[in-house]
Amino acid sequence: MSLCDLSAIDLSELIRRREVSAVEALDSALERIAAVDGRPGSLDPGAEIPQDAKTIHAFITLTAERARAQAGEIDRRLSQGEDPGPLAGIPFTVKDIFCVTDTLSSAGSRILANFQAPYTATPVARMEAAGGVMLGKVNLDEFTYGSSNESSAFQPSPRNPWSTDRVPGGSSGGSAASVAAGEAPLSLGTDTAGSIRQPAAFCGVVGMKPTYGRVSRYGLIAFSSSIDCPGPLSRTVPDAALMLRTIAGADTRDSTAASLPVPDYLAALEKGVRGLRIGLSPDYFRITYPDPETGEFAQQPLSDEIAAPVWRAAKLLSEMGAEIVEEVPMPNTRYGVPAYFVISRVEAASNLHRFDGVKYGYRTPDRVGDLREMYRRTRAQGFGLQPKLRILMGMYVSAAQYSEQYYNRALKVRTLIRQDFDQAFDPLGSYRLDALLTPTTPTTAFPMRAVYGDSVTMQYADQLTVPANHAGVPGISLPAGLDSAGLPIGIQLLGPDFSEETLLRISRAYELATQDDPWRKVRPGR
Amino acid sequence: MNDSITPDVFDHLVGLAALELSPEEAEYLRHQLNNQLKAIHELEAIPLPTDLTITSHGVPFPVHISPSLRRDIWEPYPDPDRILSQAPDLEDRYIVVPDIPHTELK
Repeated sequence: MSLCDLSAIDLSELIRRREVSAVEALDSALERIAAVDGRPGSLDPGAEIPQDAKTIHAFITLTAERARAQAGEIDRRLSQGEDPGPLAGIPFTVKDIFCVTDTLSSAGSRILANFQAPYTATPVARMEAAGGVMLGKVNLDEFTYGSSNESSAFQPSPRNPWSTDRVPGGSSGGSAASVAAGEAPLSLGTDTAGSIRQPAAFCGVVGMKPTYGRVSRYGLIAFSSSIDCPGPLSRTVPDAALMLRTIAGADTRDSTAASLPVPDYLAALEKGVRGLRIGLSPDYFRITYPDPETGEFAQQPLSDEIAAPVWRAAKLLSEMGAEIVEEVPMPNTRYGVPAYFVISRVEAASNLHRFDGVKYGYRTPDRVGDLREMYRRTRAQGFGLQPKLRILMGMYVSAAQYSEQYYNRALKVRTLIRQDFDQAFDPLGSYRLDALLTPTTPTTAFPMRAVYGDSVTMQYADQLTVPANHAGVPGISLPAGLDSAGLPIGIQLLGPDFSEETLLRISRAYELATQDDPWRKVRPGR
Repeated sequence: MNDSITPDVFDHLVGLAALELSPEEAEYLRHQLNNQLKAIHELEAIPLPTDLTITSHGVPFPVHISPSLRRDIWEPYPDPDRILSQAPDLEDRYIVVPDIPHTELK
């Protein structure tokens, strides 16, 4: 085992005791990246080479020299008896949707391919202030629009470390792949419909979407402003707790960042689950899918292979003293994706209007007649298909003659989805749940190019994660085994607003209960 | 299949979105939009109570967790030229754009 395979907490102890230097930890991470990542994503990759199919391609920009300076400074401070912070010397990667001063901040798009951010996003700034060492920016679906990472303008797009012919999920696919491959113990992602939890499930890592407002969005290039949530990806639950504790909290630069104090998530982590009420809902054990022939939507039961780890987790948690509550109705779960098709598109269209080739980013080199032609040409050449699709849908469903039929209806359906969670978690209600236990995804990681291009089927990959985004509640995906093809399966815990402490507690109990499982010994790509 | 977004409506949207599309892109995108509309039409199956209000974001922000507004104080960015340097076309610290469509006043 190399240093880069250690958890952030174990590595931090070694660094703080000065048994290992931050520079050595960095070198270990860089060696792993050199060994497994292959060439980084670029706008002009040329033809695919055979090696591309065997490597991860998590990175767009590796900031090795910046990281070396940070690591050296951590070592210097430690040598002088100073405390550099709880993440002292811990390497981490950042989804390239966050602005970081003087680094390329591309959003995976040609339109921002030359954009050097003039400021740093709050969650990144907090990780660096806590002693973390940023390795670089990792790939994503363009502007986060996707569930496979294939839509990035920077190719080759990331591949799943467990099987490089599979997608890593998305949109935080570079984040999940970098953590799973041992390139970094921590990564900062975002989750708008499942974009942390789905790739975490596909790559066999822990991924947490905090409550909307728990983590500042300042410096996050916006997709759907009423839903976007930054959050941690890690290999262990304590690492996720450590990272969330670092990035959460009020921020005067984001008026939606809640002023609620941030608990010490690590302190409560091993309090066990005795007395907690954990629910199971039949509505999370059936999936909706578009019929490829008719385009109509049908439902079918979740596959046994995906469902079995959820039942097993319920059994283990029950044996540890939790009370399992079955048959919790969440009837509006199936409407999460349709409502998301409307709400997220309206917000995306609005947010993407700022990219016009005037102040920063790409501008068409073509000769144009006037400003309007420059706008059109710039956006035509700068945006890929997925942003164009979202802009067009957003404009259609919010048009004056359609907004009542589509947009306002979707916002009301969001109310219904929220009510499902309110009723499940109501401390005076029928169910009084502390958490809902579900599968994270309908399937394990699908093959590269198998779904990309079919925007409806791709969106339905998020059908079990997106309801929590509509409701704003927190969720976490945990690795829970491998399928018959050796691909990771994820289970999900959802809780009431700001219940991250409880979700992490349950997650840790599950992690400890399964720590000797044979699948925990299997490492990706080996 | 009855397309809800006809080619004419689609072309109108493309103009509003300040985009230009190749014929292949237009065909793909219109097809995908209509497929997505089928999913969106699923929402019509839901009976909505007449008194149901919209949710603009899932989490309610009661006063005790809402940050107070910060004071409206000018905070100058330390290096404006760093921001200006991002502009695709700059002349004497002015951002240059092509002709702005306009009508000459007589």
